[in-house]
Amino acid sequence: MTTTPTPTPVALKDWPLWEVFIRSKQGLEHKHCGSLHASDAKQALQLARDIYTRRQEGVSIWVVPSSHITASAPEDKDVLFEPAADKIYRHPTFYQIPEEVGHM
Amino acid sequence: MAAQHLDYLLHLADNALILGQRNAEWCGHGPILEEDLALGNMSLDLIGQARLLYQHVAALKNDGSTEDSLAYFRDVPDFRNYTLLELPHSTALAPTAANDRDYASTVVRNFLYSALMVLLWERLQASKDEQLAAIAAKSLKEARYHLRHARDWLVRLGDGTDESNARMQKALDHYLPYVQEFWSHSEMESAAAAAGVGVNTGDLQEAFNAYLDDALAEAALKRPPGGGYVSTGKHGLHSEHLGFLLAEMQCLARAHPQGVW
Repeated sequence: MTTTPTPTPVALKDWPLWEVFIRSKQGLEHKHCGSLHASDAKQALQLARDIYTRRQEGVSIWVVPSSHITASAPEDKDVLFEPAADKIYRHPTFYQIPEEVGHM
Repeated sequence: MAAQHLDYLLHLADNALILGQRNAEWCGHGPILEEDLALGNMSLDLIGQARLLYQHVAALKNDGSTEDSLAYFRDVPDFRNYTLLELPHSTALAPTAANDRDYASTVVRNFLYSALMVLLWERLQASKDEQLAAIAAKSLKEARYHLRHARDWLVRLGDGTDESNARMQKALDHYLPYVQEFWSHSEMESAAAAAGVGVNTGDLQEAFNAYLDDALAEAALKRPPGGGYVSTGKHGLHSEHLGFLLAEMQCLARAHPQGVW
């Protein structure tokens, strides 16, 4: 069994940034909805509840330290994404998805 | 309909309304944006509970009363809330300004009240007043969240820095004596309990104390010695603070009676 180490207190101005993901209903994926500052994961989850689920937006919340996200560089946009532009055959638009399948 | 039954419902409604109004004072002034929103959410939960209870009272009275007339057109001696809930967010003896607001006070008071209400709403789900039982079932979920939120901050600030611990201890020493009012005898509670409508709050004292001691130990806070003056808000005898609170809360409705959006 692992135990969570007690978080060391962090001064308010140094609270790290967290990214918040909300699942709006069972069966759907968690979607990024915003970010917030919090001193630790437990607090981030608590604050996310108050900020991002006030209007019944969700049934589940994830929080991730923003520093743990590795992002692609904006200047790589052409190299990474342009080559896919003329390959429409990669879109499965010719299939009928049965209704029972639901969200895909 | 027994007068004590109505008084009991008003007592529950006034508790929720007055604390909701107090906590709403943080709107736009919270220590951090996220807490500002959280306090606003919880105020709206409390005001929502108050509305349901006032609507229920108005229906039972059937004398032209409305939720608005009960909230905005009654005066200090008519209110049945605990004195604890009308006090400013401050341990100063004569707090005069918004600048005196201390978040430690807010946390301690919300903790004490929601710890009681979790126990009380649980029991009230079995009330013979079916409407009250339904309101209790809804409010219990809200109270559980309020308690989780308050306990989280109680521990963070109590077991935080020397400064935060000292402020929390001061707030606890200041507010805890008012908790005695929870357990003191009142006609309306005894009558409501005897009729199966309400609960003798004194029966909850043991469970409350066990929960409190557990939380205080985790929060590195010391329980101050008990005893002293027992406040009397639920009998309609209030501190000087309620009048100011009502003046602010009621002035708009009284300046524009029956005004609508």
